[in-house]
Amino acid sequence: MIITAIFFYLFAAVCVASAVMVIASRNPVHSVLFLILAFVNAAGLFVLLGAEFLAMILIVVYVGAVAVLFLFVVMMLDVDFAELRQGFLNYLPVGALVGAVLLAELLIVVGAWVIGPNVAAAVTAPIPAPSDINNTQALGLVLYTRYVYFFQAAGVILLVAMIGAIVLTLQHKPGVRRQVIADQVARRRATAIEIVKVKPGQGLS
Amino acid sequence: MIIGLGHYLSVAAILFTLGVLGIFLNRKNVIVILMSIELILLAVNVNLVAFSTFLNDIVGQVYALIVLTVAAAEAAIGLAILVAYYRNRGSIAVEDINLMKG
Repeated sequence: MIITAIFFYLFAAVCVASAVMVIASRNPVHSVLFLILAFVNAAGLFVLLGAEFLAMILIVVYVGAVAVLFLFVVMMLDVDFAELRQGFLNYLPVGALVGAVLLAELLIVVGAWVIGPNVAAAVTAPIPAPSDINNTQALGLVLYTRYVYFFQAAGVILLVAMIGAIVLTLQHKPGVRRQVIADQVARRRATAIEIVKVKPGQGLS
Repeated sequence: MIIGLGHYLSVAAILFTLGVLGIFLNRKNVIVILMSIELILLAVNVNLVAFSTFLNDIVGQVYALIVLTVAAAEAAIGLAILVAYYRNRGSIAVEDINLMKG
């Protein structure tokens, strides 16, 4: 139990510290790298909570895809980020005020909150004991049966996002000659070659 | 030293607040704003998984999975819009994004 507590405080502290660095760092590349660190530590928190599948998905999706996408875009756009940081200190008082009020509200809610008496009876799909069945299997048993439409909707969302991203960023330059395979296949002998009778001494005009 | 639900909710609350603060502080930089949104969604996911574990209900994890999907789609579309905008205008400063004001 003490090990769990130590790891909880470790993951939570590193996660919060790297979240601070995400919003405070001067260089956006550093921000992205700290974002990756925050996600890895959140995955550690998920493992402590017993949600191993979500922890691994968090690593794969966020660290493997989203963070690399951010890194790619930050490095591809040639932007003067120092100029974008001007006014950081101007916004600090208002931002700190709003942040402090929001955090106080949230912590008051967390402090004064209890689970309702009949919540335990209203559980939709109880988590099986980890000795019987692991987390991935338990999640799959629920996700592919009762929530299969949500799963399909998630797939449609990803498809729309993929097509949207391609449509937004693909551009056809006019002067580029591309291979058109249909034209190559449709080419016949009559259109491709021509036999010219050349009379001696005249040549081709 | 029992780590209860309140501990996880506090971490999630701090992460959420940092995300909101990031939006306020980096008002000119769209990329950092998108990263702040990712932080906010991460905080929501921590909340969902914590409730799922402590209330012994796996549906919270299903919902966290859906939130993760939407977060990934949002990041992809947001960054694609950003790249398309940068190609048109050569800048990504937030105060320059006012073409639709008329």
